[in-house]
Amino acid sequence: MIFNTRNFEKIRTLAVVLISLLIAFLVISIISEHPLKTIGIFLFEPIRTVSHIGNVVEMSIPLMFTGLSVVLLFRTNLFNLGAEGIFYFAAVVASSVAIHFAANAFFHPVVAVLAGAVVGALLSAIPGILKAKWNVNELVSSLMFNSILFGVGLYLLNYYLRDPQSFSNSSYKFRPSAMLDVIVPGTRIHSGLIVALLCVAAGHYFMYRTKWGYELRMTGANREFAEFSGINTTKVIIMVHLIAGFLAGMGGSIEVLGMYNRLQWASLPGYGMDGALVALLAKNNPASVIGAALFLAYIRIGADQMARMSDVPAEMISIIQAVIILLISAEQFLKFWKNRMLLKEAGVRE
Amino acid sequence: MSESLLEMRGISKVYPNGVVANAGVNFSLREGEIHAVVGENGAGKSTLMKMMFGMEEPSEGEMLLRGEKVRFRSPQDAIDSGVGMVHQHFMLVPSFTVVENMILGMEPRKGLGINRAEAERVTRELSAKYNLHVDPNARVEDLSVGMKQKVEILKALLRGAQILILDEPTAVLTPQETEELFRELKLLKQAGHTIVFISHKLKEVKTLCDRITIMRAGRTEGVFETASVTEQEISRLMVGRDVVLKYDKEKKAKGKPVLAVRDLAYTNAAGKKTLDRVRFAVREGHILGIAGVEGNGQAELVKALTGHLPGATGTIDVAGSVVAGQGIKAVRGLGVAYIPEDRMRQGAAKEASIADNLISTRYAKKEWNRGPFLDRRRIAQMSKDMIERFKIRCKGPEQEIGMLSGGNMQKVIVARESSASPRLLIAEQPTRGVDVGAAQLIHQRLLELREQGCAIVLLSADLNEVLELSDSLIVLYNGGVAAYFDDPSGVSEEKLGLYMLGLEQQSEEEAGKAYDL
Amino acid sequence: MNELLNIVFSTDFAFSILRVATPILFAALGALISNKAGIVNIGLEGIMLVSALTGVVVSAQTGSAWVGLAGAVLAGLLIAAILGFFTLKFRTHIILGGVAVNMFASGGTVFILYLVSGDKGASTSLKSEVLPNVRLPLVEDIPVLGPILSGHHLLTYVALLSVVAMYYLLKRMPLGLRIRSVGENPHAAQSVGVRVNRVQFTALLLSGLFASLGGAYMSMGYLSLFSRDMTAGRGWIGIAAEAVGRSTTVGTFLSSLVFGAADALANALQILKIPSELVATTPYVTTVVGLTVYAIAETRLKKRKARRHSPSDS
Repeated sequence: MIFNTRNFEKIRTLAVVLISLLIAFLVISIISEHPLKTIGIFLFEPIRTVSHIGNVVEMSIPLMFTGLSVVLLFRTNLFNLGAEGIFYFAAVVASSVAIHFAANAFFHPVVAVLAGAVVGALLSAIPGILKAKWNVNELVSSLMFNSILFGVGLYLLNYYLRDPQSFSNSSYKFRPSAMLDVIVPGTRIHSGLIVALLCVAAGHYFMYRTKWGYELRMTGANREFAEFSGINTTKVIIMVHLIAGFLAGMGGSIEVLGMYNRLQWASLPGYGMDGALVALLAKNNPASVIGAALFLAYIRIGADQMARMSDVPAEMISIIQAVIILLISAEQFLKFWKNRMLLKEAGVRE
Repeated sequence: MSESLLEMRGISKVYPNGVVANAGVNFSLREGEIHAVVGENGAGKSTLMKMMFGMEEPSEGEMLLRGEKVRFRSPQDAIDSGVGMVHQHFMLVPSFTVVENMILGMEPRKGLGINRAEAERVTRELSAKYNLHVDPNARVEDLSVGMKQKVEILKALLRGAQILILDEPTAVLTPQETEELFRELKLLKQAGHTIVFISHKLKEVKTLCDRITIMRAGRTEGVFETASVTEQEISRLMVGRDVVLKYDKEKKAKGKPVLAVRDLAYTNAAGKKTLDRVRFAVREGHILGIAGVEGNGQAELVKALTGHLPGATGTIDVAGSVVAGQGIKAVRGLGVAYIPEDRMRQGAAKEASIADNLISTRYAKKEWNRGPFLDRRRIAQMSKDMIERFKIRCKGPEQEIGMLSGGNMQKVIVARESSASPRLLIAEQPTRGVDVGAAQLIHQRLLELREQGCAIVLLSADLNEVLELSDSLIVLYNGGVAAYFDDPSGVSEEKLGLYMLGLEQQSEEEAGKAYDL
Repeated sequence: MNELLNIVFSTDFAFSILRVATPILFAALGALISNKAGIVNIGLEGIMLVSALTGVVVSAQTGSAWVGLAGAVLAGLLIAAILGFFTLKFRTHIILGGVAVNMFASGGTVFILYLVSGDKGASTSLKSEVLPNVRLPLVEDIPVLGPILSGHHLLTYVALLSVVAMYYLLKRMPLGLRIRSVGENPHAAQSVGVRVNRVQFTALLLSGLFASLGGAYMSMGYLSLFSRDMTAGRGWIGIAAEAVGRSTTVGTFLSSLVFGAADALANALQILKIPSELVATTPYVTTVVGLTVYAIAETRLKKRKARRHSPSDS
């Protein structure tokens, strides 16, 4: 039986996705002169050509990193939205390594990405330590850190990395040795994808197969219980922040080195907040991050193509995203249906 | 019949998780009396009061107010009908002044704002009328517990309460404050109010109340004029046995001492002495039962034993190591296992699987890991064994523990805590709220552990349980050891009840035998 | 340096503090009222943005700044109501709800702007109206203070009056009492018949109201058009100001002014070659430091209390 309580969460997620797509269709129908054609573009253009499929995959890479990062935090019951600032700042760090240091084509990107990731981990630990030691609200401090890291990152970009010959906030060109290789010809899919998939796999094994992952899950499920079982939850919270920061930092570094030849972000790119959306869609499961990131990338590329080929702007996607977040995190949404199912199952058993 | 101000007939309350809190309870209140409701913890007093105040709706039965049928769907309904309640945990906003707390939800207005002069005036007037003196402009967080209680009573009176329910009002008070409260309550009675007084302190009930309703195991055991019953009779009705459990257990030779508690004392943040020179020892293969009415130091004792009570004085010695505020991890490291009373908060992670809950105290040990990974096959095998051995009704080790019934959940916890071959097990209310089958299984498991040489401290409000399982027994009263019995099998519940309720007390020398080294 | 001092001690600078602080103050008041009811509304930035756009669009369509203002306020209330509906009825996590609002606003405003004006950057093609500046008779004649206090935008005065109104609401009005009780001890509130959900919903609407005024100010006063992401983090600074102000009306007001001054100073400081990017982080750094200092003090206080009550003979 598909419609049982076990599958409830999956069905609910599916229902939310369908509802949000329906709303998208509705919006398109209202504003487009050729609604059917536009919807067709939105739905199918991302898989029409190899290069479009490539776009979807390219976009999913940073989403996987930030999604995984947020999954770890949410799973530990930590409301930290700091991936955004770390993603940005790590990109700045990786860019400076890519610009100012020289190495061969293997070590250069590795060093640059690791530098971004390690800086990300250390920065992420600050709200973690503040939370674990003095119970400073991690949500507020992480949100403040987003703005701080953006300010400092932009300062570094403008004062130390900026190419005086370019017009906008744009860095010097990266040394070619630092940039990531394209791994699928005909697309811009770069070797960062492999790292992302490895991280997701590692995240899965870490969470479900290792004792540290076990500590993380128990701390998140019931911190008091974890304490009473003898788990040092303070240590766990700091550890999770370190790993999450490492992942977000890695994502930012890989994104700039994989997709661009200069750093040009004069505002926060938004991937950190997207990470929260990915984590919600993935139901805080590391392995599901891949699907969730691909889905989000898919509808975004669909919207991009739609904007290019029709009269509906791509920003329509933000409406869909908002609906998805509101409904997926709504505990009570479709709950009545679950309750009915529970009663039915109980009835069957007796 | 017509003299009843409020009557509850055939009231039953079954909670969604299947717990029957009240079964066919009859209760009747006369106008202008102080009526005590007494009973042990879990006897159903609180549930009955919650229904009287509209916080819960009865599953069955009816309620009549002045002869007319009423139905309270919310506390507001009850308030509108003239029922007020003073909760054990005060319902006050700490940063508000007394006046602000008084008028919350029924603020007198002047234009857009609150008419503060009027609010202060009614507060002063009311407190003068009932002789409940509080400073109207003091912040509630700065008040003593006794003062807060006065504010609660005034709050109810301001809302027109004719019937006032007080849920264990003296539990948090000093003797002086208690005396003062009684004077105030008598005054209220003279003014025509009717009071329901929930307590298990029989002396207080005898001095204050006109009639007594006794509850046990969700039922009423009878209603008495206070003058016509003795404390002994009340005590017997309160703590009588229901089902007689019988276990065969051999008397054993004395093993080596495992736990020695000496002169343990603690004063809580409110300045109340909740542990007072507690001394006892437990040996290998020995079950020490700790009986007592809840709130007489058990919670603090367990916290101290599990290393969670900073500020406690005296020594706790587990197998030669002194335990003092080291935290539970260190205590567990000494071979101590712990079955906590609050299984939802401390005993289990609801959303985690049965297997995850079974391994929580041992996951870090070498034998459960292979290299960097947890040995999942071994954990799964262990979980299956446990499910079988403890007859845990579930779909398998991967099922969420939160989906299980209370009894099965408790079996998982007992399975976990008992299977690491502990040296000392602290079992806190191990069978509270579980069905008879599960309780028996848990009892047998405790006896098995005893056979294996584990020392067990068993805290329980279920006298039947402590009497039947324990090799020796202490009674806690007011934070101190009120009595020690070397051989509980010869002790009657009546006798135990006298100690539990503070009607009798052994000499220091007699009680001191609990510390037998 | 002298140059800087000349700037800082000019009446123009004092005037500009109020000008810059206005949207921050509105956002901070929005954060304050919802926090008091126990709801953390991080959607303020988004609500401001939506209201800023709505004000421009409606005023351009109707030719009336006042109708535009009404539109901006209605839009803010609507979003707050949707957020409230989902969080209170459907139990959506309030933080995620706020994230959704912000995500919707940053893209949705561009979306609507494009539909209305055909431009994704700014509303230059729309002939939108602005709300007037107000000269205060009598006050403007006072030396020094006059030029600082008079001649501000209408909504700046509304913001200042809102501080007074907020103080009165929280301290003196039945609704304020209920809002505070719900935030501090919902069980206590419920036990005396206060409807917790309803009060929280009201607080959220008020929060949306303040944010919407801040948004309207941005596009119909501070600037006279809408441009994408024009709120530029003022919603977050508002949240920071509320946190540093320790959730009191006066504290929130003062820290909003300080953050406004920091913002106004950012331009002045460029003379000293202090980069504006770093100056822009001061509110956030202040907030993190403030929260940490407070949390440490609180932890210490708790420890001291516990020690005081433990027996002295230990």
